[in-house]
Amino acid sequence: MTNSVDTIMVLLVLTNLVLLGSSRMATCIRVVAIQGIALGVLPLLFAADVLEIHLWVLALIIITMKGFVFPGLLSRTLRELNVIREVEPFIGYGISMFAGPLALGLCFWISSGWPLPAEISSSLVVPVALFTTMTGLFLIVSRKKALTQVLGYLVLENGIYSFGVALARRQPVVVELGILLDVFVAVFVMGLAIFHINREFDHIDTDRLSSLRS
Amino acid sequence: MILALVVLVPVLGAASAALVKTSALRRAALILAAAVHAVLTGRMWFVRPEPIFHGWLGLDDLGLLFLSVTSGLFLCAAVYAVGYLGRESAATHSDFEENIFFANAPEAVFIGGLLMFLATMSLVTISQNLGILWVAVEATTLASAPLIYFHRHHRSLEATWKYLLICSVGIALALLGNFFLVAAASNGHSESTSLVLSDLIRQGSKMNMPWLKAAFLFFLVGYGTKMGLAPLHTWLPDAHSESPSVVSALLSGALLNCAFLAILRAQQICNAAGLGSFGRDLLVLFGLLSIGWAGIFILQQLDYKRLLAYSSVEHMGILALGVGLGGAGAFGSMLHAVNHSLTKGLLFLVAGNILAAYQTKEVTNVRGVLRVLPISGVLWIAGFLAITAMPPFGTFLSELTIVKAMLDQGRFVVAVLFLALLSLIFIGMSRTVLAMAQGRPADKLTPVTETWSAVATPILLAVAVLALGVYLPEGLTTVLRAAARELGGQ
Repeated sequence: MTNSVDTIMVLLVLTNLVLLGSSRMATCIRVVAIQGIALGVLPLLFAADVLEIHLWVLALIIITMKGFVFPGLLSRTLRELNVIREVEPFIGYGISMFAGPLALGLCFWISSGWPLPAEISSSLVVPVALFTTMTGLFLIVSRKKALTQVLGYLVLENGIYSFGVALARRQPVVVELGILLDVFVAVFVMGLAIFHINREFDHIDTDRLSSLRS
Repeated sequence: MILALVVLVPVLGAASAALVKTSALRRAALILAAAVHAVLTGRMWFVRPEPIFHGWLGLDDLGLLFLSVTSGLFLCAAVYAVGYLGRESAATHSDFEENIFFANAPEAVFIGGLLMFLATMSLVTISQNLGILWVAVEATTLASAPLIYFHRHHRSLEATWKYLLICSVGIALALLGNFFLVAAASNGHSESTSLVLSDLIRQGSKMNMPWLKAAFLFFLVGYGTKMGLAPLHTWLPDAHSESPSVVSALLSGALLNCAFLAILRAQQICNAAGLGSFGRDLLVLFGLLSIGWAGIFILQQLDYKRLLAYSSVEHMGILALGVGLGGAGAFGSMLHAVNHSLTKGLLFLVAGNILAAYQTKEVTNVRGVLRVLPISGVLWIAGFLAITAMPPFGTFLSELTIVKAMLDQGRFVVAVLFLALLSLIFIGMSRTVLAMAQGRPADKLTPVTETWSAVATPILLAVAVLALGVYLPEGLTTVLRAAARELGGQ
């Protein structure tokens, strides 16, 4: 199964790089959806016994949520707004694209020093999960549009989640579902907030949300 | 199943508040759910409920302490909220800072949100499984976001957005801490590892130390964001100043404690694994940093609700510092958590009364509170004396215990820093608060007759914090000691 795990890890890296370099929000949402579906397959690949029914149910729920429901919610929000692309982020696309591979290298270097738990079969998992987490954080701090920040939050969550699948395969399903439910409500509430921000301010640039100080 | 009721009762209350049509019934649902919750919690002091769901939900002394504080404060806030909603029932309001009009969120949303907030905070206090704990802490953020956006204008929206994003990202990092903890606990063997607190504590030093250290760091940063430890507190002053005062009281007195409890759970595991001093040193560092940071902002603060918010950052620092010292400091910290919640609840509710009468949050425009609002004015000064730990208030006793722990351990540098910062904060707050209370009010303001719903609960809170300074009941001391023991103190 190591091969297919590696394939998914490479897919994660590629999607992260696309996210760092693209300004069109619709594209970004679609890329995050692909990332979500890839993550949904992961628990199946890590499992010792593929025929366990609850694994399939879990995978199905994750794919539905991360691959369709979250992107669907965000696309619906996007349609309400009058923005198509993120122009003039705090850190430009060129530099972001350049920072991506550097960060990836850094993640490989950091994780090479960590004592790996036995259950991680592929050596790519920890660095890539770390890289995805960092990409998410980078998107949140370097982009201005509220919607892109929510996408960053989802990518961050995906990165942490891929750690989780690798490290904590035997997490009880209830906890997994609880986490998914929380993220779902978070995206829903943030989407609502963006809708209100757009109506109140006629824009969703968070750098101009600056009337509260000290 | 008694234990599950502390979550189910508020959820049912929220559902009924959403379904009923008249505001009178909705407010009745709020009071009823809060009262039943308080009675259930009070009963747990005498009959400790059995753990349920394979020990995932259970009540230890730490949990009982924080649950009781949350429940008591919520009941006070609920009574105050009924009066507040009565005053706020007009369709549109004119904003007093800018020349704009705004509407409030529907009352069903507000009351439903309040009760869901109570339910999620209760779940935090009874979670023994760290996964469930994470789910509950994130849920508190989501339940309270609509409360901050009660006044629908752009400033509260900005505060809500910052709160949502900063806290969600912080708590996401705590999830990473959870997974690292699993890695630490599995430590090479492949049998299933549970995230139940007692199992993790039993494993003790068999855990993988580098992973456990990393896990603790992520817990501290993640939940520390929610708790308001500097420099991760940036959402806190905005959210506290823009939300209705009754919500600020709950955020400060109940929610921050819940996030603190999550950090304490991580500290318990570190203690068991022999990493206790690693965690405690970090808590001392973040504690002192928070007190100092808050002190700087308190000195030059011109908005009295932000002043109270920074004071919360300060007191969260004191809580972290107390637990970080260990020994008697842990006991002092637990007592201080109770005292701080009561006092901050009192101060925010009184701030709400001042705001309603003066229509401004600017300190310089508020003069003569003692003349305009005689009862609230006295309570405002009492609250100020309590929050700066003057005798004979309970806060004096708890901070004294923490200072004594410092001196006993010979940590004189920490003690000197702590006392110097506290005096700085005392000076900063006294300048602001006393100037507001005294002086001559603007001519258009005449003394207001205060309604009982606006002053009854603040009076109750003031009496409680005063009583705790004079006499510590036997039952409370027992639970405080047991909670401190669970933290490795005494």
